[in-house]
Amino acid sequence: MLKIEGLTAEVEGKEILKGIDLEVPTGEIHAIMGPNGSGKSTLSYVLSGREGYEITGGSATFNGQDLLAMEPEERAAAGLFLAFQYPVELPGVGNANFLRTALNAIRRGKGESELDAMQFLKLARERMKALSMPEDMLKRGVNVGFSGGEKKRNEVLQMALLNPSLAILDETDSGLDIDALKIVAEGVNAMRGPNFSSLVITHYQRLLDYIVPDRVHVLMNGRIVQSGGPELAKQLEASGYNSVQAA
Amino acid sequence: MSAADDTVMAGNALTDPGATGFLQRFEGLRARLPGQRLPWLAARREAAAEAFRAQGFPTRRVEAWKYTDLAPLTQAGFGEALTSVDGALTLPRAAAPRRVVFVDGRFRPDLSDAEAPVRSLAEHLGAAEGLFGSLARTEDLPLVALNTAMFEDGALIDLAAGEDGGVVELLHVTLADRPVAVHPRHLVRLGAGAKLVLIERNWGHGESRYLNSPVLEFEVAADAHVTHARLQQEGKAGIHLSTVFARVAEGGTYDSFLLHAGAKLARSEAHVTLAGPRAAAHLNGAQLLSDGQHGDCTTFLEHAAPDCPSRQTVKTVLAGKSRGVFQGKILVDQIAQRTDGYQMNQALLLSDQAEIDSKPQLEIYADDVRCSHGATVGELDEDQVFYMRSRGIPEDTARSLLIEAFLQEAVEGVTDETARAALAEAVSGWWEKVA
Repeated sequence: MLKIEGLTAEVEGKEILKGIDLEVPTGEIHAIMGPNGSGKSTLSYVLSGREGYEITGGSATFNGQDLLAMEPEERAAAGLFLAFQYPVELPGVGNANFLRTALNAIRRGKGESELDAMQFLKLARERMKALSMPEDMLKRGVNVGFSGGEKKRNEVLQMALLNPSLAILDETDSGLDIDALKIVAEGVNAMRGPNFSSLVITHYQRLLDYIVPDRVHVLMNGRIVQSGGPELAKQLEASGYNSVQAA
Repeated sequence: MSAADDTVMAGNALTDPGATGFLQRFEGLRARLPGQRLPWLAARREAAAEAFRAQGFPTRRVEAWKYTDLAPLTQAGFGEALTSVDGALTLPRAAAPRRVVFVDGRFRPDLSDAEAPVRSLAEHLGAAEGLFGSLARTEDLPLVALNTAMFEDGALIDLAAGEDGGVVELLHVTLADRPVAVHPRHLVRLGAGAKLVLIERNWGHGESRYLNSPVLEFEVAADAHVTHARLQQEGKAGIHLSTVFARVAEGGTYDSFLLHAGAKLARSEAHVTLAGPRAAAHLNGAQLLSDGQHGDCTTFLEHAAPDCPSRQTVKTVLAGKSRGVFQGKILVDQIAQRTDGYQMNQALLLSDQAEIDSKPQLEIYADDVRCSHGATVGELDEDQVFYMRSRGIPEDTARSLLIEAFLQEAVEGVTDETARAALAEAVSGWWEKVA
């Protein structure tokens, strides 16, 4: 599924990723934990193809394809999804239009037929109901005037509609109260299955109570310094990142 | 709060070969122009030709033309439109249920809907005496003078008090298989409480350079309401120079939207007077300019009565090596207390070779006035583009959606659904065609 080897990357001449090795097999959920500034968000942006990051070495393949050579929209069409830590507002772009344009672009890429407005609405309403989202969020501008929790739920809605095979959740828990956190986690758990993998990036262990990972990796100073089972997250919560640094 | 308003005469006609060419054409044509047997009109044409001779085409030394250079016009020769031979003419899809069509400045009843409340001006000049030139000034507007001298035809819309003219598309097609110059003249009068939605479309059919220089006059009586949606979709090598005059009486509304999408060089000028209490004007617009295009939206709005609201939002999108101009003057007379004016112009630069010149001007003589204005220039937000691409939306589609979102605020101000749909269609997918 996702295989990262020796990945190094710079932002404005400063090396942020200093050799990442990571493999997420199909059907597994892996968590990446780390303190602020460890390179978590950089890793998610590099994997999704945002400009401004210079890859200086290593590789990342996704189902055998060279991920780093693909445009962001090609990565999405290949089944990669990034849930943003700070979802972007698109004033004047209606959420329904945005979601349908995205869904149809991805369906085209898969050789599937496009959904018309009616088919799309039916599907979107089903998914929104599962996420306890009010229907009027479809009519509003993308993320415009959404609360923090609504923005994150909108990310999960997009994920549910686009049906990726690999979802990177970049600090999806930040800014969420416990109820919103549960809804978001249920949205992710509903996608779990033999064909779905996820990389859950988080600072805190809290989210991992609800999305229980198969593996936990600790990212510090641009490298994965420790990997283990779900118990590693609890251990970090108890003793902090400094204990890892010491080890 | 006030800025100087310089009106300078160009006065260089004798050395201006472009103006001379047009004057020679007038000499050759005058006997055949419609209405020559009507003394009032013949006299107006002569006086207008004289006014044009005295002024010549505006040059950039004229303050109001500082940003728009008519050199491409004056350096080129233009000929008459031939009697139409247009067997292969394919018209764009109609934007409204009822449409009237003009080709090369002349009414085409065979292509027009007879039910539309529109007559040929050339054939009903007798009915137009009180209206023709009642608003259009020639002494300081040489293009209006030229139109007055040279016009061959146009639309005459005269709605009685209380009449609802419905939604009408006024389509002007320039064939542009050769370098023609046409000067349509459209006259619109709404009686008290009358209503009209006019979708005026100027459309180029062909690759040649040409000049289309229409003049429109709108008399809007008390409590009448006109929506005037203008779609400038001239041919790639076309020059479009239009001037609109509107006078709005008590409680009436002139609700306009200008779209500049075509032409190599376009300038649309609007002169609107709010003449009675509570008269309203909307002077919204959008310009979509790609490589090599020049678009100029210039408006003069006079608040000449108390309690009048005016709204203006003009958005310009510029790609490649294009240039956009917005000049918006609001004059608030001393009598115009409690004026409520709003003006906003915003530009979106998609290229570092594009240029926007923006000149808002407020000149206020009343003391109890609310007048706000603003101007912004920006680029597309790359975080927004990336967000959309990360959802699988191709880059050009993402940019296109963001450009349409930028324009939306201006377009959604158009209250009539048919007119708004026509504008939305004209705007839709622009970037994907340009990119």
